Amino acid sequence: MSATQREIDREIAEQLEAYEKRLAGGAPAADHPARDYPPYRSSALRHPKQPLVAVTGDPETVELSGPVFGPTDVTDIDNDLTRQHAGEPLGERMTVTGRLLDRDGRPVRGQLVEIWQANSAGRYAHHRDQHPAPLDPNFTGFGRTITDDDGRYSFTTIRPGPYPWRNHTNAWRPAHIHFSVFGNAFTQRLVTQMYFPNDPLFPYDPILQSVTDPSARQRLVARYDHDLSEPEFSLKYRWDIVLDGPSATWIEEGR
Amino acid sequence: MSRPELTPSQTVGPFFGYALPFPDGGTMAPAGHPDTVTVHGYVLDGAGAPIPDALVELWQADPAGEFPRVGGSMRRNPVDGGYLGRNGVDFTGFGRIATDAKGRWVARTLLPGARPGHAPHISVCVFARGLLHHLFTRVYFPENTEANAADPLLSSLDAARRGTLVATAEQDRTYRFDIRLQGERETVFLDFG
Ligand SMILES: [Fe+3]
Repeated sequence: MSATQREIDREIAEQLEAYEKRLAGGAPAADHPARDYPPYRSSALRHPKQPLVAVTGDPETVELSGPVFGPTDVTDIDNDLTRQHAGEPLGERMTVTGRLLDRDGRPVRGQLVEIWQANSAGRYAHHRDQHPAPLDPNFTGFGRTITDDDGRYSFTTIRPGPYPWRNHTNAWRPAHIHFSVFGNAFTQRLVTQMYFPNDPLFPYDPILQSVTDPSARQRLVARYDHDLSEPEFSLKYRWDIVLDGPSATWIEEGR
Repeated sequence: MSRPELTPSQTVGPFFGYALPFPDGGTMAPAGHPDTVTVHGYVLDGAGAPIPDALVELWQADPAGEFPRVGGSMRRNPVDGGYLGRNGVDFTGFGRIATDAKGRWVARTLLPGARPGHAPHISVCVFARGLLHHLFTRVYFPENTEANAADPLLSSLDAARRGTLVATAEQDRTYRFDIRLQGERETVFLDFG
């Protein structure tokens, strides 16, 4: 039987309490979610129970290199999700821009950034999305770009709507944009989600709350930047992405 | 300057299928290459059930053991189906495959060469709904008996778990490699620190 929101809220609180206890006991702050996060029901059978095996300190590790992307992987308008069809999509036009950085604050250049998202009504253009909200014939909802020499990316899109899902009764995802990002090393690979400031659904969502550290969780929320919003055109959000990485990253000369 | 704080991972969710997979994303070997091998398997959950919404990414050295520096994804021209991302001739070492409705993935690639001090292997990154943070593993090949025995990772593992990283040879240059996220014969997953 499906849990109630109250039951999920209690489980989320228990997870937070256990995390705070670990911190108090001297454990380091956790940037990433635990793969085993019971309030997110789908994680139950899909996380390893054996500890991961550490592979560190070896400069020949294959994963310290990674695939190469370039100008043939994108066209100029692949980062504008409002221009993929004959007409304009419905919704609130927005731009999200930011920099892709490594742990030392260096720009990650020339790497592939891909996004996908629901339309303004909260429906994905995906055959398995059963949410009875309208599809928008002028919106598919995916885009890609390559970071520039400052590590910068930018997407123009429409703000996605929140949508229901079946984790528990009355489960709703806060509005979010899915991001897939490559670093210079395969070990820096990241798939994540960007959220919007002040969404009232935050406390109820086990996927966002799976990042139990409050400051880490805050890093998934974009910042609204009024000064950069374009008058009469679009609202602007800023969101920098900082990639995990091995202590030593294999970097091609000249990068 | 203070170090920037890193961005947490989130699940890929169930709806990446129209955005991330490339057509023929598992066809890594250049068309018609005589050394092409097939590597395939299932992604399975803790109950042994196949996972139909997983994404498997592969990264490997070329047959000479060099990292391909040729750019290019498997991006295709939506109108004529031709290659856009890569040129269809050079080996890029990168594959991306969504599991099918039966939880199966298939790659056609070239066998990787060895890096100094390592047995040849393909690096694998797994994403799925329900997985809040991706998982890394590796495919090693059974015929490299001596190199596998000397490989720093393989040789550090319990004999009981080592086998989960070694593909099984099948007929016709085909290898089977199942990825078990949990449970009996759970695949060894890696942490790069
Ligand atoms: Fe989503």
